[in-house]
Amino acid sequence: MKTTLLLSGDEAIARGAYEAGLKSAAAYPGTPSTEILEYLAAFPEVDAKWSVNEKTAYEVALGASIAGVRSMYSSKHVGLNVAMDPLMTSAYTGVNGGFVVVVADDPQMASSQNEQDTRLIAKFSKLPMLEPASPREAYEMAKIAFDISEKFDAPVIIRITTRVAHTKEDVEIGERNEVPDKPFVPNAAKYVMVPGFAYKKHIALEAKLLEMARYSDESPLNSIEMNGKSIGIIADGVSYLYAKEAFPNASILKIGFAYPFPDEKIKKFAKEVKDLYVIEELEPFIEEHVKQLGIPVKAKDISYRIGELNPTLVKEIIENKKKIEKPSTARKPVLCPGCPHRAVFYALKKLKAIVSGDIGCYTLGALKPLETLHTTVCMGASVTMFESMSKILGHNKVVGIIGDSTFVHSGIEGLVDAAYNGAKGLIIILDNATTAMTGSQPNPSTGVNAKGEKTKKLILEDICKASGADIVETIDAFADNLQDKIKELMNKDALSVLIVRYPCRIIYKQKDPVPVFESSNCKKCGACLTVDCPAIHKDENGNIVLEEYLCVGCNVCVSACKFGALKRKE
Amino acid sequence: MENKTTNILFCGTGGQGVLTASEIAALAAMYDGHHTKKSEVHGMAQRGGSVESHVRFGGKIASPLIEAGQADFLVPFYKDEHDRLISYLSKDGKDLIADLEAAHSACENKKFVNTYMLGRLSKYLNLSKESWLKALEVGFKGRFVEENRKVFLEAAERD
Repeated sequence: MKTTLLLSGDEAIARGAYEAGLKSAAAYPGTPSTEILEYLAAFPEVDAKWSVNEKTAYEVALGASIAGVRSMYSSKHVGLNVAMDPLMTSAYTGVNGGFVVVVADDPQMASSQNEQDTRLIAKFSKLPMLEPASPREAYEMAKIAFDISEKFDAPVIIRITTRVAHTKEDVEIGERNEVPDKPFVPNAAKYVMVPGFAYKKHIALEAKLLEMARYSDESPLNSIEMNGKSIGIIADGVSYLYAKEAFPNASILKIGFAYPFPDEKIKKFAKEVKDLYVIEELEPFIEEHVKQLGIPVKAKDISYRIGELNPTLVKEIIENKKKIEKPSTARKPVLCPGCPHRAVFYALKKLKAIVSGDIGCYTLGALKPLETLHTTVCMGASVTMFESMSKILGHNKVVGIIGDSTFVHSGIEGLVDAAYNGAKGLIIILDNATTAMTGSQPNPSTGVNAKGEKTKKLILEDICKASGADIVETIDAFADNLQDKIKELMNKDALSVLIVRYPCRIIYKQKDPVPVFESSNCKKCGACLTVDCPAIHKDENGNIVLEEYLCVGCNVCVSACKFGALKRKE
Repeated sequence: MENKTTNILFCGTGGQGVLTASEIAALAAMYDGHHTKKSEVHGMAQRGGSVESHVRFGGKIASPLIEAGQADFLVPFYKDEHDRLISYLSKDGKDLIADLEAAHSACENKKFVNTYMLGRLSKYLNLSKESWLKALEVGFKGRFVEENRKVFLEAAERD
């Protein structure tokens, strides 16, 4: 009997890979690619691992391929930046067991710091790339990708976007196909990339690209759907579905094997239609190539290089319009009631600290009314930027702030750098015992692996001391002396790490007695609102309301109230 | 029903069960044999931000997103989000905002508001009761099966 499941694009890729005989997978969590590894972790046949970061994940996955099994790496677009070093040279070494690299871009930046286009990396790294439009296609392409990888001795990129990763669709699944391991045969000319060997591999890679281009032209993943001939659209990924929705009667060249380009199909299609358009999100990747082939094509306005598309925007592109940016009306996200990060930000706000921040839930500390996080660039940058900012602006003024998972990802090197280069001042590690922002994944400092098994636990105190911090202390996020402790360490002539420890409220659902609110003492000054807790708001009459069902009794608001209207329940 | 696509837009804020509700509706459609797509639009939803979820089933579906003015049903879990997204509802579309108030009065435990809303929605959709009940069980991962079934049926049977 056939089984049909409602699968997201992420889950469909994982399912397809599993059926293709996948044995090893490594990833670092990041929206929207996280669910790929989570889905794989449930299969006993797959050694699925959360790695420390994307570079280690890529190398772990590549090593498994070279050792002879089918292997997969997955991350979000900015994660791939961290893995660029091994990615670029793996194009030269090639693979042994099939190796698939899944990268999820985030046009519109639902939860990312930029909207870079990974398609350009396929060209830059000279790797073949597939682009599914839907979960059904993601499932099929994941299976095919391993065959392509082994056929061309190359890692294969599957590039998806948030819309593909997080759309769910009914997908008919099949059985797992066990693939025999390939023997590992030592071959320095293939696996040891010293200049002499690498030069020859580059020559071979250029030849391989020509072969792959021919394959791309023959691939059914690139297909011409002829309809009316007045409008012809070339579209890849989910843009194909938007184009089809907006122009059901147009002819479409659907791009699924996206790199190398199917030049002959593009030329053939262009001859058949009157006006040729390219519908693609972000960069003019296909458009520039079509122009390079000497084919006239109507370009989208540069305003559509920003953000996601949808059928309405596709119509506007074809009408040669400019995109009109409308201010977002969506509600801002906020730290959960009782979040331990709130206590730290409230203390730092009172100390008027300059905060070098990082990537995690705590990035929300930058938003009003807390406004106590002043830089966020990429994973780990809080520590390294703290190192220089504190030297220039004064170590008693600047604090670096980073979560436990992010610290393990790439904060440790920064701490070694800071200690080595004589930095002073305070770095705070917000240890909530999980990777909260991406949906509560474990990390080395939690002592649990991707399969939910107990493993060696990285002791943060030990690694901080070993990295060269002069003082390493630990404190409860809701300790009465939190602010004093932060102030003390900021003013010490030493490099300090303060580990603020309290579990994430999404995992640890403890509810303590809620504060007593005595409205007769309330001056309606709004000081309690500055802690930015969803459990407190002002009603339409200007009265403060404490929502007891949301409150978990962290009492941060109590410390904000000078008039005794909010009191700790004894 | 067979050839036409049904478009349902669920909206609310993080933590209200918008995604679970839309998952259950999509599952019910799938169990009835429809081609089904569900797509979420949200940022850091778990942190209280806006959440919208688009469910499309039946007929020929290309885009996973419903276009403005094309939703057959608007299923709101929060008044402000309802007001923000009302332009998605088609001229003849059904707005379930009145049912939200009824759901809050009927459900002492707010955990079951989304189940109640699904019960109301089910009145207008030609999906089998069997599929709905299976979807409820799978969507809630086997938690509170009896309670959810009871709330769903009560809402579905009310006028």
